[in-house]
Amino acid sequence: MKRIITATVQDRSGVLNRVTGLLQRRQFNIESISVGPTETEGISKMTLVVEVEDEQRLEQVTKQLNKQIDVLKVSDITDKAIVARELALIKVASSSQLRSELNGIIDPFRAIVIDVSKESLAVQITGRPEKIDALIELLRPYGVKEIARTGLTALLRGHQPHVNELATYSLLK
Amino acid sequence: MKVEAKKLEFQTSIAPKTGADLLIDLLKKEGVDTLFGYPGGAVLPIYDAIYRAQGSIKHVLFRHEQGLIHAAEGYARITGRPGVVIATSGPGATNLVTGITDAMMDSLPLVVFTGQVARSVIGTDAFQEADVMAITTPITKHNYQVQSVSDLPRIVKEAFHIASTGRPGPVLVDIPKDISAGFLTEEPEEGSIHLPGYQPTTKPNPMQIKKLAESVAKAKRPVILAGAGVLHGKASVELTAFAEKHSLPVVTTLLGLGTFPADSPLSLGMAGMHGTYAANMAIYECDLLINIGARFDDRLTGNLAHFAPHAKVAHIDIDPAEIGKNVATHIPIVSDSKEALNELIDQASESPEHEAWLETLKQYKQEYPLWYKHSPDGMCPQWVIEAVHKVTNGEAIVATDVGQHQMWAAQYYTFKEPHRWITSGGLGTMGFGFPAAIGAQIAAPDSTVVAIVGDGGFQMTLQELSVIYERNLPVKIIIVNNGALGMVRQWQELLHGNRISESILHTQPDFVKLAESYSIRGYKVANQEELITVLPEVFAYDGPVLVDCRVLQQEKVYPMIAPGKGIHEMIGVKP
Repeated sequence: MKRIITATVQDRSGVLNRVTGLLQRRQFNIESISVGPTETEGISKMTLVVEVEDEQRLEQVTKQLNKQIDVLKVSDITDKAIVARELALIKVASSSQLRSELNGIIDPFRAIVIDVSKESLAVQITGRPEKIDALIELLRPYGVKEIARTGLTALLRGHQPHVNELATYSLLK
Repeated sequence: MKVEAKKLEFQTSIAPKTGADLLIDLLKKEGVDTLFGYPGGAVLPIYDAIYRAQGSIKHVLFRHEQGLIHAAEGYARITGRPGVVIATSGPGATNLVTGITDAMMDSLPLVVFTGQVARSVIGTDAFQEADVMAITTPITKHNYQVQSVSDLPRIVKEAFHIASTGRPGPVLVDIPKDISAGFLTEEPEEGSIHLPGYQPTTKPNPMQIKKLAESVAKAKRPVILAGAGVLHGKASVELTAFAEKHSLPVVTTLLGLGTFPADSPLSLGMAGMHGTYAANMAIYECDLLINIGARFDDRLTGNLAHFAPHAKVAHIDIDPAEIGKNVATHIPIVSDSKEALNELIDQASESPEHEAWLETLKQYKQEYPLWYKHSPDGMCPQWVIEAVHKVTNGEAIVATDVGQHQMWAAQYYTFKEPHRWITSGGLGTMGFGFPAAIGAQIAAPDSTVVAIVGDGGFQMTLQELSVIYERNLPVKIIIVNNGALGMVRQWQELLHGNRISESILHTQPDFVKLAESYSIRGYKVANQEELITVLPEVFAYDGPVLVDCRVLQQEKVYPMIAPGKGIHEMIGVKP
């Protein structure tokens, strides 16, 4: 099962290595990882999307992460009410004739064109990973030259519903 | 005369203090009495500071970094305090890797200082540079590279704190040479611990304690499994009190030997791959398993499908990640073992009614004890251990290597007290025993210390004979010499169709002459009569002695649970 785990960590050299090394050693598969500073100076947040077999393995991975001295807090937010976003930059082959056609595809995704050249244009899209996957599929026939994705990052929503409402808010299952 | 006076003046004038001097001051503040070390280029400033400290901190020079770190482990095992290690950069540091991993697996507190090339050349593949931080990240509880001398007081303080609290473990501090050599412009501030991500839970949850107490009262077939967590919590007295209060039988892990007196009627001995019949059957048949400070290692559990299949499992451990890792747990208790046991003793619960269970276990103990058959062809290794046990009154500190002799020592050298048994459990490190015994002797100079080693493992770290001669450390080395890598040979015989592949040591040194070449007394013993004559002499002598005991090569460690088998599927039980 796919889980979204956030880890609040001390912003120290080697901390990313500690986290990814641990996941590798304990045989957990990382699908994506994103890291950045938080509202507090000296503290960073990592958002990991990992593939785990079962509850027991999930418990192990959070406990092992928690044991790291530089890790302050670990949460599995998969089943919480969250907002989760990823950013992708996509370079598509495009001649001037095709540009308006491509705009027609990009617009409904609220994506924008951020670079234009004779043979290609670059699209920026933000959203949930499935949305990004969908746009990429639509652009593929035109010739996708390059993709750069940031990996998922997420926040708990301000209002957390009661436990019985959770299922509908779950992003990944 | 004039020159002399001038020299003296120079020495007494206050020289500027270096980062290394500061380090030595900080170590003294931590109460460190012994350094286990080996010098080299990147730690020259530190050795200069040791020289300037004029013996106010003892440094023991070993002959290989692997030797000194195992000695530091032996020291840590006996004292409960961190063993402190110094090695140089590159090869000095990489030679420590086995010992650091061993300490990590067996939760031994170590603080390891490694030299590093100067900050200006880190990452340039400089002479004797190795990426020690990356190498040791997965095998330490935590590691640091000092980036500024002003961080040193905090880092040293945190390193000792992390190593010795919670679940103990090794902490490494990598010190670039320009930091240890650099002069201090001002006395740095006192270090203070700032570890928001490290707050071990030491007090048990009262609800869970209550739940366990109720389960104890209801249990028909309860058993305690005692591991090394009882040692780290210094909770042997509490364990004994709890077990006796409710007449709970006790089995121990390999590392838990000594946590419960072996001569108590409630003691069933060691469980696991080479555990006693009674201990393993108690785990198989129990309805309540109370694990105190053991980590359900695979060598203990055997096939998990058959491990305590009818039991409710309670697990007391200071490391939450151990609970539920291998065995599903019904009553998890994250706590220091002593705190939890004290709470349990205070619970005014009834004792379980389980006379029949105790009777069954007593029968198992009587009918299927550990056993071996004497042979006219030579000396039995098990008997050698029994003879050593007898002559030392079962009160020696025993360090072992890894393999058959280790298991025989675990089976036949029964302990009445804790903190007497030093062995490499988790990592199974050959070459561990002899240097670990040296560390134990340094920690406990007035105790009898025996290194029980095999002829294979001893040859991995025997260079440390120099140290016991040089320091006149009266370590007694008993080589259980079967001319083979016995445990490998045993597995090949039993599990690999008797194809004895590269496990016979056809050539060996003359161990007696070898000892003598280090100016150490040596004896060679080939039969029981000789050993009976020699042993009292060996232990009466106030100095190091080596005894080469020639034993039967074919002898195997029994009982045995073959890999993949359940804990009840022992072979080699007394017929």
